[in-house]
Amino acid sequence: MKYLPLIWAGLWRKKARTIFTMLSIVVAFLLFGLLQGINQGFHQAVTNLNVDRLYVSAKSQMTDGLPISHLQRLESVPGVRAVSLWTYFGGYYQNARNGIPAFATIPESLFAAYKEIQIKPEYVQAMKNVRTGVLIEQKLAAKYHWKIGDRIPIGTSIWTDKSGSNTWYFDVVGTYDGSKVQGLPQFYFNYSYFQEAAAFGNGVVHYYIVAIKDPHQATRIAKVIDAMFENSANETRTQTESELAQQQLKQLGDINFIANAIVGAVLFTLLFLTANTMMQSVRERTSELAVLKTLGFSDAKMVTLVLIESLLLCLFAAFVGLALATAAFPALRPIFGDFSMPIVVMVAGAGIAVAMALISGFPPAWRAKQLNIVDALAGR
Amino acid sequence: MNMFKQVGAVTLMNLKSVPQRLGTSLVIIIGIAGVVGVLVSVLAMSTGMIKTMENSGRDDRAVILRNGSTSETGSVITRDAARLILDSAGVKRDAAGNPVGSAEALRLLTLFTKGDNMEANVILRGVGPKLREVRPEFQLTAGRMFTPAVNEAIIGKAAARLYKGAGIGDKITTREATWTIVGTFTSGGDSHESELFADADTLMSNGRRGAFQSIVVMLESPGAFQKFKDALTSNPALAVDVSPEREYFAQRSKSISRVISIIAYVVGGIMAVGAIFGALNTMYSAVSARLREIATLRAIGFGATAMVVSVLAEALLLAGIGGVIGAALAWLFFNGHAVSTGGAATGQLIFELSVSPQLVIVGIVWACVIGLLGGLFPAVRAARLPVATALRTV
Repeated sequence: MKYLPLIWAGLWRKKARTIFTMLSIVVAFLLFGLLQGINQGFHQAVTNLNVDRLYVSAKSQMTDGLPISHLQRLESVPGVRAVSLWTYFGGYYQNARNGIPAFATIPESLFAAYKEIQIKPEYVQAMKNVRTGVLIEQKLAAKYHWKIGDRIPIGTSIWTDKSGSNTWYFDVVGTYDGSKVQGLPQFYFNYSYFQEAAAFGNGVVHYYIVAIKDPHQATRIAKVIDAMFENSANETRTQTESELAQQQLKQLGDINFIANAIVGAVLFTLLFLTANTMMQSVRERTSELAVLKTLGFSDAKMVTLVLIESLLLCLFAAFVGLALATAAFPALRPIFGDFSMPIVVMVAGAGIAVAMALISGFPPAWRAKQLNIVDALAGR
Repeated sequence: MNMFKQVGAVTLMNLKSVPQRLGTSLVIIIGIAGVVGVLVSVLAMSTGMIKTMENSGRDDRAVILRNGSTSETGSVITRDAARLILDSAGVKRDAAGNPVGSAEALRLLTLFTKGDNMEANVILRGVGPKLREVRPEFQLTAGRMFTPAVNEAIIGKAAARLYKGAGIGDKITTREATWTIVGTFTSGGDSHESELFADADTLMSNGRRGAFQSIVVMLESPGAFQKFKDALTSNPALAVDVSPEREYFAQRSKSISRVISIIAYVVGGIMAVGAIFGALNTMYSAVSARLREIATLRAIGFGATAMVVSVLAEALLLAGIGGVIGAALAWLFFNGHAVSTGGAATGQLIFELSVSPQLVIVGIVWACVIGLLGGLFPAVRAARLPVATALRTV
């Protein structure tokens, strides 16, 4: 601690150089924080998903669909709390640009499976009473100013109804707050209505959602379900919510590779810059370091002084860079959703800063250690 | 000595002395190489995707989907509607008077990628008998064409390369049938090379639905599009969206390529700022290392312009070298590298990163801008040096 003024003076010998080096490090860690933060954010978002829900789809290909007859057999599996389903309806409101991701479902069991969604029980009850009823997520309802009691027409490019029309009419009976579940469909109507009104494709289900009582049983129950339908005409594949999300994310692109590659390139170039700065700085102070050695500073102390100088530079700048990245996260919310800087990224950043400081500080530190006093003082 | 001679002399002197400052000069070169490398690589993704999509369009072809469909897989066109569409005015006819068009039925298959075993939804496209007339760019590259009424398929070049079990002779099992791959094809480097082709009627007879997903027609001429569109929209029996093929594919790639471009420029921009600081660092130390020389030159009469230009020239040269190296690295590692993206219901699209000449130029321009910005302040400093004090520097 008593050597701090010495180290501080050494750092600020050439103000411009130190400031620019620091700024470069700040920028590098800002990028590191952003990229790895987003990368880890995606990763955490999919691994932390609810484990007491399983998704059952057709083994050959999800779009093949499963028959409605699977429903009863799934309900009879021990350890299962509720079984609901999704059949993708798609559709649009007024014109194709206003796409509505609509799904046919069994509302009672759906909201039993998604306990974290807030919905008034009377709305779910209303769905039982109103055949053409629909439950809408509150943000979607607000977007089109739909209120309870409205009759809304939804156009579809896939499902023609029995009368030959491609426009289906639904009555709004309730809204819900789906913000707790990322990516949850926002428009649900009765599967029974879909089944009786659709001209073709009746009885097809794209996903069964199986809510289980004990999350630890997830893997076992998944195997039981798949075994139950094995070798039948409609084999199943059961995944946990996290597995499903990871699969979909992977299909989007190899985000992990891209983030890591960019960060790697940035850190490599940064390492070079910092090492060069430290080398220059020590080289300029050769005679001063020689004086220190003459005064009796041991070799080890010389090495430590240089390394601490390097550490101070890197850690402080890295901290500023990571702080900026953390501050930038709320701005990214419209694109990536609710993200906050994962702690692991901060820790990794600190670790990298230390490693960088040590690696870039080591050659000049070694040089300082090896200094021959007489030659150094003579300026050779 | 006139100004040009001055500038020339000092610049040359500067550049010749660069090897003395190799360490610091390498900082600029490596820093900018990094920025340009990353920028060009990420933009290559966007360029590659756009190129694949652009190749997928001809001015004299039109794509017809059901009204309101957001994608081909979400569209349904009945046989009757298909017949009406193919018989409409504006469609090119062959020597026998038949319409040159293909009514197509799509089905998604599940395939796994070589390497990371990622599950992908791949389109199996049932095409009409007039495939070669509608798609003249189609070429069978190996094996043979599929036989109608038999569950045979041919696979696109990109798909054959990316997925496991996708070679000639391999079988792909779907719920209703087992398809044997009998050939591979190319189609001008467009999105169809990520797909498999089979006979539409064979495909539909396997499945439960007897309807097509889309129709592709060859128009009499690019100008005939309006005539064709009017014929379709005025027919009350049809509810379809029709667009020129180029526009259809451009739409599909627009949003993703825009996101990629934004990411590229944001990341590249942040890296560029860092590189500017690095360049500033280097040029400042380049100037301060030679304070006495610069002061001497100033003392004997070299003007400020010569100083400024010489420093900027050095910065530009180093930056330019860095830019070329960065672009070259991006080209070396990533040009032709295949990536794929897709969603649950749209089918995986495979495209190659494309480090095009325009991209290389963009990269080098960025490098030069960074070099200029990084060299500006030090250059001004060199010009404004108080000569007497500088001459006395240790």
